[in-house]
Amino acid sequence: MSTSNLHMYVLAVPLLTAFFVNLLGRISRRWVAPLVLGALTFASLASLCVLGKVLRHGSFSYTVGNWQPPYGIELLLDPLSALMLVLISVVALFASISAIQSVRQELPGQEHLFFTLYLILIAGLLGLVLTADAFNLYVLLEITSITTYGLIAMGKGRAPLASFNYIIMGSIGACFYLLGVGYLYLMTGSLNMADIAGILPTVDGTAAVATALAFILVGLWIKMAFFPLHGWLPNAYSLAPTGAGLLAAPLMTKVSIYLMVRVMFWLFSSDFLFLQNPLVSTLVVWAAAIAIVSASCLALAQRDLKRMLTYIIVAEVGYMVGGIWLANSAGMTGAILHIVNDALMTLCLFLAVAAIVYKLGSGEFDKLQGIYRRMPVTMAAFTVGAFSMIGIPPTAGFFSKWYLIQGGIEAGHWQYVIALLFSSLVNAVLFFRIIEIGYFFKDGEQHGHEKKEEAPLLMQAPLLISAVALIVVGLGSGPLVESIIKLALPAGF
Amino acid sequence: MEQFLALIIAKYNYWLYVVLMMIGFYAMIGKRNLVKKLIGMNIFQTAIILLFVSAGVKHGGKIPILDKYEVLKHGVDATQIVNPLPHVLMLTAIVVSVSVTGVALAVLLRIYREYGTLEEDEILEKLGK
Amino acid sequence: MSYQTSIWPLAAVLISLLGSIPIMLSGRQPNLRESWTLLIALGKVVIVASFLPTVLAGGGYEFTIAEVVPGVPIALRVDAMGMFFALVASILWFFTSVYSIGYMRSLNEHGQTRYFASFAVAISATIGVAFAANLLTLYLFYEMLSLSTYPLVTHHQDAEARKSGRKYLTYILGTSIALALPAMLIVYSLAGNLDFKSGGILADSGASPETLALVLVLFLFGFAKSGLMPFHGWLPAAMVAPTPVSSFLHGVAVVKVGVFSILRVIFHIFGADLLLDVNLGVVITTIASITIIVASLVALTQDNLKRRLAYSTIGQLSYMILGAGMLSAAGMTGGLLHIGMHAFGKITLFFCAGAIYVAAGKKYISQMDGLGRRMPITYLAFMFGSLSIIGMPPLGGFISKWNLVIGAVDSGQLILLLVLLVSSLLNAAYFLPIVYRGFFAKAADPIFDEGVKEAPLFCLVPLSLTACASLALFFYPDIFLRLVQLALFP
Repeated sequence: MSTSNLHMYVLAVPLLTAFFVNLLGRISRRWVAPLVLGALTFASLASLCVLGKVLRHGSFSYTVGNWQPPYGIELLLDPLSALMLVLISVVALFASISAIQSVRQELPGQEHLFFTLYLILIAGLLGLVLTADAFNLYVLLEITSITTYGLIAMGKGRAPLASFNYIIMGSIGACFYLLGVGYLYLMTGSLNMADIAGILPTVDGTAAVATALAFILVGLWIKMAFFPLHGWLPNAYSLAPTGAGLLAAPLMTKVSIYLMVRVMFWLFSSDFLFLQNPLVSTLVVWAAAIAIVSASCLALAQRDLKRMLTYIIVAEVGYMVGGIWLANSAGMTGAILHIVNDALMTLCLFLAVAAIVYKLGSGEFDKLQGIYRRMPVTMAAFTVGAFSMIGIPPTAGFFSKWYLIQGGIEAGHWQYVIALLFSSLVNAVLFFRIIEIGYFFKDGEQHGHEKKEEAPLLMQAPLLISAVALIVVGLGSGPLVESIIKLALPAGF
Repeated sequence: MEQFLALIIAKYNYWLYVVLMMIGFYAMIGKRNLVKKLIGMNIFQTAIILLFVSAGVKHGGKIPILDKYEVLKHGVDATQIVNPLPHVLMLTAIVVSVSVTGVALAVLLRIYREYGTLEEDEILEKLGK
Repeated sequence: MSYQTSIWPLAAVLISLLGSIPIMLSGRQPNLRESWTLLIALGKVVIVASFLPTVLAGGGYEFTIAEVVPGVPIALRVDAMGMFFALVASILWFFTSVYSIGYMRSLNEHGQTRYFASFAVAISATIGVAFAANLLTLYLFYEMLSLSTYPLVTHHQDAEARKSGRKYLTYILGTSIALALPAMLIVYSLAGNLDFKSGGILADSGASPETLALVLVLFLFGFAKSGLMPFHGWLPAAMVAPTPVSSFLHGVAVVKVGVFSILRVIFHIFGADLLLDVNLGVVITTIASITIIVASLVALTQDNLKRRLAYSTIGQLSYMILGAGMLSAAGMTGGLLHIGMHAFGKITLFFCAGAIYVAAGKKYISQMDGLGRRMPITYLAFMFGSLSIIGMPPLGGFISKWNLVIGAVDSGQLILLLVLLVSSLLNAAYFLPIVYRGFFAKAADPIFDEGVKEAPLFCLVPLSLTACASLALFFYPDIFLRLVQLALFP
């Protein structure tokens, strides 16, 4: 295979493997794990190569089937999309190692079905970050959504209901997006992002363009669960099979944020967004601040580990949306860095939860008593993830928060700064509540009665690696920002 | 008033899709029956498909597929033929919409097996017990 | 001043952090585990002491760990001020380690492996704060210290420990995130870096006096480990910890880290000249004076010996901040010097409280009448410690207090002189009766007449040594004085 279109293999290998998983998995379930891990390992390594290539030789675009843009489908490889490619494939790889164990326990006999959807979802996410075509983006958005609907519906009990709610909300989001694209098409006659961006400044009818932007943003906000459009997320992610949550929680919202950045700065321009409509950006930052505070408060009310984490995800979405709309360099850097960091820390926490659920059956707070003694390794990693969420140096979460707060101070959006600090404090309360429950004992119980019962090694290994990664990425955030994220920022930042 | 009417009549296709969309949106949000919600979703999607399709229409424009030789006799003249691209795109959109409907119906089946009803109120009542 | 690049500052920080691994691994063999603890403690003292000649000669070392934010690396720097604090902390850690072994074994405590491991992490963080080259690095180790001491504070894992642990974290973590972090970011956006530089980095930033005042107050309360009122409540609560923890962490490391951070900010972020220009010293001295007087009064009312010591600590910590806030040469010298002098005195007092608990099982002062006759060495040491804290010659505390008095006169704020005098009297009032009743009052408990004898040697030797050190510091304060001078007036 030639290296010039390596990124196509990153897309194609998970997609094709999905069918083999289904076919061979029917013959014997033993085929599932090696196929999934093989495909994702390949995707991870290949995407790392792609990132290296982009950093060395600069961005390039690729036309599928040699149809020239603006008519053909174009893929865009710039530092931002290459970074996302690496993030998605690596997170998916680690999530799948643990998910294989968890699915074997929760959905015995259905591994091949689960992982077929799982791989198509990953392929869809990878495609989303690569595409440079507004309509193609819609199709891929729906591919990821449909597979997620299916994955969630595989859960027990109320999961199908949660899935149906998500279908309704997700479809509204996708339709809004499509509607916005429709407006843009009416205005410009094109669907290629670069082409639209080139034509837009020349068309009159700002109202129509603004309407298009509004529809697209609301559509994406529903998909990323931006408060108060978050209603579907907590149920969907907490009732889904643990393996599905493992993949969806770290990646889905983050990819939607990425899409928002793409659409905002590659379709429209920062001039149009911030200079011509300063009130809008102020309003969005306010909305983000309110989102952060409200979601944090809602998280406080939860009595289950998974549900609590889902509300934290909603709060984190507010971090990033706010950071992007601060309209300054620090905020943008912080938001993009936070996409990476938040994916990693959510992965770490969900891997820990997967291990806990594997042993205890659920993550209800009442069951967690004395868990530090029973699962010390899992909880050590969980604690690192928790520190990162709270924002304690040198874990990764601290540094993106640093940029975000700095951006807030520079932009004079003190409400956003206060919301971030508030949410850090609430996260501290949330996680120390769990640490306290896990560290202390039931009243009257004696010390040292529990014996160790850790999850299988294959669930612990990715967990530990992700915990270490949080510290490594934190300490390496200087080089990460300097050599990748600075290049990935939209023009003008 | 006359101007307003003129506006509605001139762009009646857009107004139609707005009305359709609102009906669909109302059904998705307001109805308590899950199948009705799903039908609302379909109406909603159809409205958007109609928007795209009607965007390709030109008055007096011909279709460059039927009577291909007749229409394209003098080469491609953009003012004489309807824009085929939105129609092609909407084929994909229809496929997407059908798949979503399919998944949703499958999920509804599971819900029905679990709770014996598709009325949201009754399901919530059963969950409450 | 020139700094050589060297990996040894990192080694000084990491030795105990990495040392916690063999400690955890040898959990099943207590003797091996304790050997590790002592070995690491000794290694730490040796490494830190090896910097001393260079620092005294006016040099220093530095090491950059990672570049994390533009202009702000995570970096260590051994300068005179950090050297002074690191020297005090590492020497006292060694004594505490010895004492811990005696204390924990005598009381047959559970979870000793976790205890020694957390302790090792905590001292790493303390040295990290001492050697931090900028505010971000300091904050990093500050938080590390907060978190590593949580298992120590809640060691008993009962309802009371849970409550105290919660209070501890609420105060310490809450203030550092809600106040110190934004303050740090405001400084960063004003100055573009966070380096500790003598003369400060904010002088040329053109910030308005209001902004400076806001940042100063955020820092003063943000580093709540210094126990400034009204954020002092965690300290008495944290006294539920085993006594060696209280003595080292809440007499020396944790609280001094708070003060040290504040002094770093005053001297090396703001700079004394800037604070004089905008007349902000009075903010510092007012808050500190109130804390001194109120804490001393509350200490009088406490019957639990450790709680009385805790309130005494709150008051004494504010001496150091008060001294810095005077912004006169002698005042700042006295304030910084008091970190070391108070550490030796207060750790002796806590060691004595622990020894009394181990030997006689008593926590309350009212039950200790006559105990001094059975435990003369402990009580003698207690007296030395008290006198040092009160500030009487011939003990170390006198030197720092003398400087503070001169500083108060120099700065022309006679009201501060009054504060110092009144609080010294109060100190005497809450410490000396304990000693007096220990030796001369009628025994409160008949068993004091026969059964009780001195605590085990592992406890007794460290407390005697720290008491002697307090004495020695009066006669040979040169090294400390020289370091303090170098730190303040390079």
